[in-house]
Amino acid sequence: MVEHSSESHEEAANERVMFGFWVYLMTDLLMFAVLFAVYAVLHDNTVGGPTGRDLFSLPLALAETLILLTSSFTCGLAMIAARAGHKKQVLNWFGLTFILGLSFLGLELKEFTEFIHAGHTISTNAFFSSFFTLVGTHGLHITSGLLWMAITLIYVMKRGLTTHMVRKLTLLSLFWHFLDIVWIFIFTLVYLRAFV
Amino acid sequence: MREFLLGKLNMQALPHEWFTIGGTLAFLTLALVAVIVITKLHRWKWLWNEWFTSVDPKKIGIMYFLVAGFMLLRGGLDAIMIWLQQALSSGSSHGYLSSDHFQQIFTAHGNIMVFFVAMAFIFGLINYIVPLQIGARDLASPFLNTLGFWLFVAGVIMVNMFFLFGGQYAATGWLAVAPLSGIQFSPGVGVDYWIWSLQISGVGTTLAAINFIMTILKMRAPGMTLRKLPLFTWGSLCSMVMAVTVFPLLTMTLFLMFFDRYFGAHFFTTTLGGNAMMYTNLIWMWGHPEVYILMLPSFGVFSEIVSTFSRKATASYFTNVAGMIGVSAFALSVWLHHFFTMGSSADVNAFFGLMTMIIAIPTSVLFFNWIATMYKGKIQFKTPMLWFLGFVGLFAVGGMAGVMLAIPPVDFQLHNSLFLVAHFHTMVVGGVLFGIFAGLSYWFPKIAGFRLNERIGKYAFWCWFIGFLMAFTPLYVLGLMGATRRLDHYGSSTGYQPFFIMAFIGGLVIMAGVVLQIVQILASVMQKRQLADTTGDPWDGRTLEWATASVPPSYNFTVIPEVSSRDAYLLMKQNGLPKSAYEDIHMPRNTAAGIYISAFAFLLGFGFVWHILLLIIVGLLGVIICVIRRTFNEDIEYTLKASEVEELEQERAKKARAKISDTAAGGTDEDMGLIEFIKTALKWVLDVIKNKRWRTW
Repeated sequence: MVEHSSESHEEAANERVMFGFWVYLMTDLLMFAVLFAVYAVLHDNTVGGPTGRDLFSLPLALAETLILLTSSFTCGLAMIAARAGHKKQVLNWFGLTFILGLSFLGLELKEFTEFIHAGHTISTNAFFSSFFTLVGTHGLHITSGLLWMAITLIYVMKRGLTTHMVRKLTLLSLFWHFLDIVWIFIFTLVYLRAFV
Repeated sequence: MREFLLGKLNMQALPHEWFTIGGTLAFLTLALVAVIVITKLHRWKWLWNEWFTSVDPKKIGIMYFLVAGFMLLRGGLDAIMIWLQQALSSGSSHGYLSSDHFQQIFTAHGNIMVFFVAMAFIFGLINYIVPLQIGARDLASPFLNTLGFWLFVAGVIMVNMFFLFGGQYAATGWLAVAPLSGIQFSPGVGVDYWIWSLQISGVGTTLAAINFIMTILKMRAPGMTLRKLPLFTWGSLCSMVMAVTVFPLLTMTLFLMFFDRYFGAHFFTTTLGGNAMMYTNLIWMWGHPEVYILMLPSFGVFSEIVSTFSRKATASYFTNVAGMIGVSAFALSVWLHHFFTMGSSADVNAFFGLMTMIIAIPTSVLFFNWIATMYKGKIQFKTPMLWFLGFVGLFAVGGMAGVMLAIPPVDFQLHNSLFLVAHFHTMVVGGVLFGIFAGLSYWFPKIAGFRLNERIGKYAFWCWFIGFLMAFTPLYVLGLMGATRRLDHYGSSTGYQPFFIMAFIGGLVIMAGVVLQIVQILASVMQKRQLADTTGDPWDGRTLEWATASVPPSYNFTVIPEVSSRDAYLLMKQNGLPKSAYEDIHMPRNTAAGIYISAFAFLLGFGFVWHILLLIIVGLLGVIICVIRRTFNEDIEYTLKASEVEELEQERAKKARAKISDTAAGGTDEDMGLIEFIKTALKWVLDVIKNKRWRTW
């Protein structure tokens, strides 16, 4: 006879959710794969307009990269605190992660607005269509990650570090690291590659 | 302000052509009748609490069946309209449809049959059967399952919305090939409806697929290793793994198409650097595996049926599983065979041609496996077995035609011809749909508590089988004669017309088959006392779904069975069933969150179709808020105490005993035939009219 105690029931549910979230992350990765492939095909189609080499600012992209990497680090520290049950540290580290994520988003928006003010929009040509869509989709993911973080932190303040909340934070941190990895590819294949 | 509230909507969008008025009236009448009946019977609360908000995969499965069955009729009507136009429209006669309308019909036919019929039936079967087969009480995430279902329903509504608003569906073929589907060549809202109905239901499919992978890999009964997994569950697992691999591609491709149309981006346009061929590649990278996503669960259904009705274990379990895995692996690298003619180099064409031919090998392995299972078996020719045998014949023909098409030089001749249309209909109808019908008649006793009428079921099968051959053999010939697909008119000197007329008659025979299927269900309901399944195991089955009662309790199994072999239930029957000891059962609470989220997603999609900013904002915010509320709701389960389970079980046992004596009293009459059905139905109608029975309803 298998015992279905309440605790093992909870644990099994945890394990399932973790596994399911990994599968979800893979599906998200495939969506990014499409965007990367599309960018690879279309990035030279500038129809006589400026290319990435003319427009991209490497220092800006590097700053974005460093900020995002740091935010991943602070997110990791927050998770250590979460597993140890230090609520205050969790709030602090995630707070820092949130600020870093927000500044990343700010820099990205700055780049986008500069391009748009210079007359380069999503409808200018295929290069800009694929650039804005690839980088913008990542930015949208960051935005939803920030929204998710803010709301989860509010609930952590209200409910404390319950099993449920720690699980939610773990999923959030997985998502955040995942976005970091995608950004490394964007940094390499979009920004660095333009200068090769 | 007008722009904000109404977008591009105006009076012109309201129905003003015969088919939009007809469609709108038909749908509104059906809805009105449904509302009146439900209100009269005071069933709204029951419907909402017991069905709409239910997280029970068995109920969700049944709802999938109902929607899919309705859409089968809707898509079948499209098919008849296509056949009729082609039979009439030769020489000086131009038939009864305009070119544009004809194009919309075949587009809608393809979309509806693939997404809202085949996919829906497959998901219905997986929902109902997989948890039972693996000895689980529930799915890994019951919420994702209802969300997936209601997103699918939102997609179904979206695909039919054009009747009411806009009056036109996409006229671009079922995959909306670019650049035809771009804003330049398709400025209307038809393609937008196409995008958003597929987008919304496609996201639902991805979520549901993730859920089933979690369920199959993490929730099997103790002892059920992957090597002991029933074959339908294996087929479903392969199918769902493919779904999570390719549906994200569809989602992204649809978004890119949407950016092209909405924001003027240049992904698939002919100007400013867009690349239309990229669309064709991306959509077929999803589109070809999609066919196998539908096919693999059907393969699983056939494996179960052949084994059960041959009274033998599957000939070689491992080759069967290997065949399924092989099909799903190869299926991901054949997409280019859909456009051999479109300028790839000979080497590339040769690679994809070879891959396409290689995929015939694992498929043949499955074929020979089924045949070997039947060899020296005691075969019972019940209706599920007939569907299987029909499938064997059709699928062999269709598969050979497929291998022919896989040879690039041959494909240059046959590309875009009716030969191709005949090929894929043989695969999808003969393979997928026959598999679904086989599965439905096989598991019907489990789902409804009584089995289906065998006699009328056999008539229905023969109508389908003969009708199919009559309808599609001429298309093979026509294709070889040079008739292209999607033809709304042809010259009389071509000599096509007799074949098209033959095809139309075949279509009518298939329609007779559909009518007979409906009659079959009605006749079975009339005789449900005689046909009742009191054992839970009407076919002397082998797998766990037969170990529980027919119409299983909401928690599926009172005691989770322990599995020590393949064909777990067969062994249990030989060794004696385990004693039941009651335990606490954790059950998920019903939730309406899936309905709310899907409703807002629908508003969002509708807003995008018509450029209505208000609806876009409301829809987006609604989705986000509902998702947040649901995610942080921790009160999603309840516990059935062992004592409550015992009470429920005793009550069920009492009902079962009553059912047995009821069945005995019902006599052991044979399944009624057609004439008897008509007599009984007429008698009932006369009785209703004479005694004015509707007054008491």
